[in-house]
This record gives sequence, C-alpha cells and structure tokens, in this order.
Amino acid sequence: MYKYDNYDQTIVDERVAQFRDQTERFLAGKLTEDEYRPLRLMNGLYVQRYAPMLRVAIPYGLLSSEQLRMLAHISRKYDKNYAHFSTRQNVQFNWPALETVPDILADLASVEMHAIQTSGNDIRNTTSDQFAGIAEDELEDPRPYCEIIRQWSTFHPEFSFLPRKFKIAVSGATDDRAAVKVHDIGLYLVKNDAGEIGFNVIVGGGLGRTPFIGPSIRPFLEKQHLLSYLEAILRVYNRYGRRDNMYRARIKILVNDLGKEEFTRQVEEEWSHIKDSVLKLDQKEIDRVKGFFTSPDYDNNAADDTSFDEAEKSNKAFSNWAKRNLFTHRVAGYKAVVVSLKAPGIAPGDATDEQMDHIAALADQYSYGEIVVTHDQNLVLPNVKQADLFSLWEKLSEKDLATANIGLLTDMICCPGLDFCALANAGSIPIAKQINDRFDDIDYLHDIGDLKIKMSGCMNACGHHHVGHIGILGVRKKDEEFYQLTLGGSAETDACLGDRLGPSIAKEEVADVISKLLDVYVEQRQDEERFLDTYRRVGITPFKDRVYPKTAVKEKAYANN
Amino acid sequence: MRIIKDKKISDDDWIIARELDDSAPIPEGKVILPFTYWQANCEELLKQDSIHAIWIDGDIETEELSEDLKHFSIVGLDFPAFKDGRSYTHARMLRDRYGFDGELRAIGNVLRDQMFFMFRCGIDCFEVSEGKDAEEALKSFNDFSVRYQAAADDAVPIYKLR
Repeated sequence: MYKYDNYDQTIVDERVAQFRDQTERFLAGKLTEDEYRPLRLMNGLYVQRYAPMLRVAIPYGLLSSEQLRMLAHISRKYDKNYAHFSTRQNVQFNWPALETVPDILADLASVEMHAIQTSGNDIRNTTSDQFAGIAEDELEDPRPYCEIIRQWSTFHPEFSFLPRKFKIAVSGATDDRAAVKVHDIGLYLVKNDAGEIGFNVIVGGGLGRTPFIGPSIRPFLEKQHLLSYLEAILRVYNRYGRRDNMYRARIKILVNDLGKEEFTRQVEEEWSHIKDSVLKLDQKEIDRVKGFFTSPDYDNNAADDTSFDEAEKSNKAFSNWAKRNLFTHRVAGYKAVVVSLKAPGIAPGDATDEQMDHIAALADQYSYGEIVVTHDQNLVLPNVKQADLFSLWEKLSEKDLATANIGLLTDMICCPGLDFCALANAGSIPIAKQINDRFDDIDYLHDIGDLKIKMSGCMNACGHHHVGHIGILGVRKKDEEFYQLTLGGSAETDACLGDRLGPSIAKEEVADVISKLLDVYVEQRQDEERFLDTYRRVGITPFKDRVYPKTAVKEKAYANN
Repeated sequence: MRIIKDKKISDDDWIIARELDDSAPIPEGKVILPFTYWQANCEELLKQDSIHAIWIDGDIETEELSEDLKHFSIVGLDFPAFKDGRSYTHARMLRDRYGFDGELRAIGNVLRDQMFFMFRCGIDCFEVSEGKDAEEALKSFNDFSVRYQAAADDAVPIYKLR
C-alpha cells in the first residue's frame, strides 16, 4: 500500500497543528461557533445529536493492521470502545470530546492517517472496489489513480469551497463494486480499440433527495489527462453549480439542468485551455505510485491444499460461511475473506476495539497485514491462503465476526439514523434489529440468497436506499416514524433507481412487509433468479398487491390523510 | 483601511464603492468601483489620468473583463460568505488565463483560515475585516509548508520534486 514520504507526513502533521490552533482559538472564545463550524467540518468533526462525531478518512478503504490497531486504540482512549465503518469506506467515532480531537488527529498522523476533507463542501475521500488488486475481473488496479487523486485534491486551493460536497469513485473491474455511477464523478478503467487503458468518465450521479444515475461525458480519457480533466469538471462546477439552495447544489443538478451535451461542451472547452498545462500527469509519477501497490509474495503451491474442500464437506457452519463470505481471488489457492460486521444485535458496520485488534492480528497472520473497508460496511482480508481458511474462520467466530451473511438479507447497509444523526427523521438501527430478529433462520436466508437491503433514516440517503434491491427510507409523519419502501434498485454495473412500492408503512410493520415481499419472490422465482431478477421480470404489481390488498390501500390512505 | 499586502500589514487609502448607481457621477479619489459601473462609464473614466480599480463578485464572468484588464491596477474579488468559493476560480482565471499581473484584492468576509487558499490562487492583497487581528492572520500563510498541487505560488506539483 501507499507509504508516506516526508512531504505527505509534513502535510498531515501541519494539519494537526493548524486544527489544534483553531480549536484552541475557539475554546478561548476568539472564534465564534459560526466561524469555527466550517473549520471543524473540513476536518470531519460534526456536532451530532448527543456528542461530536469525528469522521476519519480511509483512502479507498485500505488499512494496514497498524492503522486498524490505532483505530482500536482511539476508540478505547477517547470514545466508547467501538467505531463505525461507513458506506464511504471511512470510519466514524461517535463520542469524542471536542477538546481531545487534536490529540486524536495527532495519533492518527502517527500512522499516516487523517480526517482531512471528510466533511465540508470539498473533494471527499476517493472510494474504490474493495477487491481492487485481487479481483479476477479487473482490467487494472484502480488504487494508484485513487492515490493520485487523493494528493491532487488534498487542500486544493481552488476547490475547497465548492457549492456542495464532491465524491469521486474509481473502479477497474467489469463488475462495479464501487457504486461508480452514483458519484459526482465516477471513473471506470477501460480499454479502447487501440488496446490502451484509460478512463470512462461519468459525471453527475448521486443519491439524496434527487437521485440520478450519472451519464458518461467522455468514454475514453487518456491517463495522462486524468487531473486536467477532473480540474476542468470541478472548475465548471465551482463556477456554475447552484449556491442558492443546498438541496440543488450537487453537480448532478447542474448536469441535469444544463443537459449532458451542454455540460460536456463546457467541460471540454475549459479542458482545452488546461489539458497541456502542468496538470498533465507524468508517466513517471503514475509508475511511482503504482510501485506501492504490488502483489505480495504469493505461495505458488497454495492451490495444492485439500484441507479446505474437506472442511467444507464436513462442517455445515463453515461451508455456509465459505459459500457467502469468500470472494474469488485471481491467484489460485487464495481467497478474499469478507469479515461480516453485520452480526445480529449490533448496528451494521460497528466494530468494538477488541474486534478491531483481533482483525488486525488475523490480518498480520493470514493476509499480509492489510484490511479493506467495503462500501457495504464490512471488512475484507484480501489475500488468504485457502489452507488457512478454516482456522481463520474459527478465530473470526470467537469474536462474532464470522456471520455467514455476506450479500444476504441481513447484510444490510444502514446509516446511523435517529440514534446518532442530527439530520435523521427516523431510526435505522432499530429497523436493522427488527429485521435481524425476524429473519434469524440461516437456511432461509441462504435460500433467499443475494438481496441488498439499504436503509436511510432521511432523504439525504447515506444508506443508499435508492439503489437497494429493497430500499427503506425513514420518514416522519405527525411526529411518528414511517418507512417508505422501494424495490428494484441497484448500484452495480446495471445501476438503476428503485421504484416506490406504495404508501409508507408503520415502524412495527417493516419486517412483516419484507416477509410478504420475500413470499412473492419465492412463489415467482425461476431457476437461479435473484430477488432483483425476479422483480425485473414480473414487475412491481404482484409485490404491491401483496403488501397493499386493494381495500386496505383505501383505508390506509384515509388513515394517513 | 487595513490590508495585508504581499504578506505584510499596511494601511491603504483605497475605498471600495460597494453600491454605486451606474448613472452616479464619477467619485473623487481612489475608489475601487463596481465592474458594472466601469462598463457603463468606461469612456469617461479612461479620459481621466488616473489608475483604475474595479471589483467583481461571483456573478460576473471573468471573460467579461478580460479585454479591460490592462486598464486596472487592482481587481477586487468579493467573498460575501465563507461558502461562496467562486472567487477562487476568478483569481486563477485572471492570473493563469488572462495573465493579470496587477493586484488581486480579497474583499468582503475575508477569513484568516481561508487566506492560505486565496494566496495560492493568486490573491496577493487581503482586506482585514474589522475586529480581526491582522498579526494573527499573517501566521496562516505558514500553515502548510508543503503543497501537493501547482497553483499561482508553486509552478509544479510536488511530485516533480520527489
């Protein structure tokens, strides 16, 4: 993985000093709350419902075991012994005291980490595929480009006060595991007719109140022009993005208002002025950064192992886990292991200090000391020999980290919701619990198979509900929590937004309704169809009819009136 | 007015005309005029043997003043609120694209913690808001000794030095 040199280290160290000074000025009364707010926000520090929340950047989700141990240490020393991994591949601490945040940042800087631009109207952490570097379907490793973008965007003097936050995702694989098309800028590494690799540039995707699947504005961009093209897009956005209404301020609104053609024309016109400037990337620099993302020294004989097959045959629990929580590795005899942070009874994406230390130790023992945070709030050990899988599974089980549910109904994406977030209208975590309590039969879950439930406690959509196979949106009516369901969304290569099922439902009915939806799926499915495939084939009507029998709809509409 | 110019504190006698009707008589003395006033009265103004200064906000396109830049010794860039970042792009356009080498003066809600970014975009003069400590503000230029990107202050990105 990328290692800081003196320059990188100096920047994060100076950031700590700067924020310490800003916080001291605030605590001394020299900065008003209004003046301090944007400063703390540029450092990922929110004031939430009960306490401040500190969001720490994990560039493209990649952590060393040393860094994960530091997160465990921070949760122990400054927080309540746990941390929350987010859909942005970042990590959040929910209970730090404001005056300790400079010390937390100093601890982070000691392991090459920071909270720079984890909030504020600036360029946020660049996200990527959790299986980058090891996936079979990968054309090229996207992480070097993420790192190049990270450096270019850090304290960018022109783009630190944009109309709104700005998120970039990069994927190098055929299957999109990074939700690229719902980002402000999405980049796919692609090959052109001449066999060269460059970027397909998607702009203006996003979720929130006005969801859009982003269009491609340049099907092929040479790598050397990566930064100049990003700069052209950001400049057009900084000039013309709306600033009068924060709900209309994301670039997706600008792209949609101007139309793809006109937006593209403006970007290309701006680009023509700067494409051959100092922004042009040196191949030498691309190669230098690529040099940090080399393969470990794989064991050539790893595939000779027979113990894995035997354990799968003889141990049902292990085989359930292996079926769901392993991902095919491009090297024979290796697997990527998904460590589930979705055990029943815990908030999705939460890990305790003990669990983090435990995973760090397992990463050292079994996976070359690296861990990846996924955008669906789990962790990955990317390089595990199949001969080690059984003992790894046993050790993960000791700390409740081996729930065999990756990609299943209970592997939900969930925002912090009303329990923590000041913006939320409704709870998400209690709904996750309700679903977990209801669907606790592992055989049933495996029978239902791939199903992405995504849940947000408000229309800002941090839980990506629009692109869930089943999306759940918390709304508030007459001071009570209700839930609006959508069906058929996807964040993957076939990205699309879900369709609204019908009127919102009461809190206590959510698991019941999901159960009805699954009944329809089980009755209607053909062959190996996933829930999403069946939905796409049969449409929304049978699901709607089951959840809202004709007479009941009228009564409900009346009751909600 | 107290200003920070070329990273030094000084007093200066330019006055900013925040509101000036296009039909108003040409003000006496050293006045930074709204660009729209300049557009309406430039023939008259050019007859005067004086140095000219204008200011713009985010709604004015830098393209509109590119032809007139040669007449200006100062272009004021308005920062009405922390969140309005359009003038950062203005500064870069004026410096990089149109080669303006006069003074770029940040006016309005100029906050110490943004001056580092403004300076990097080519702004060399800062109006010091009333009640703010200019000496303290000077320190912010030293917040970061390393910068990743090329901008008005660094000719090349840091990677070229690696």
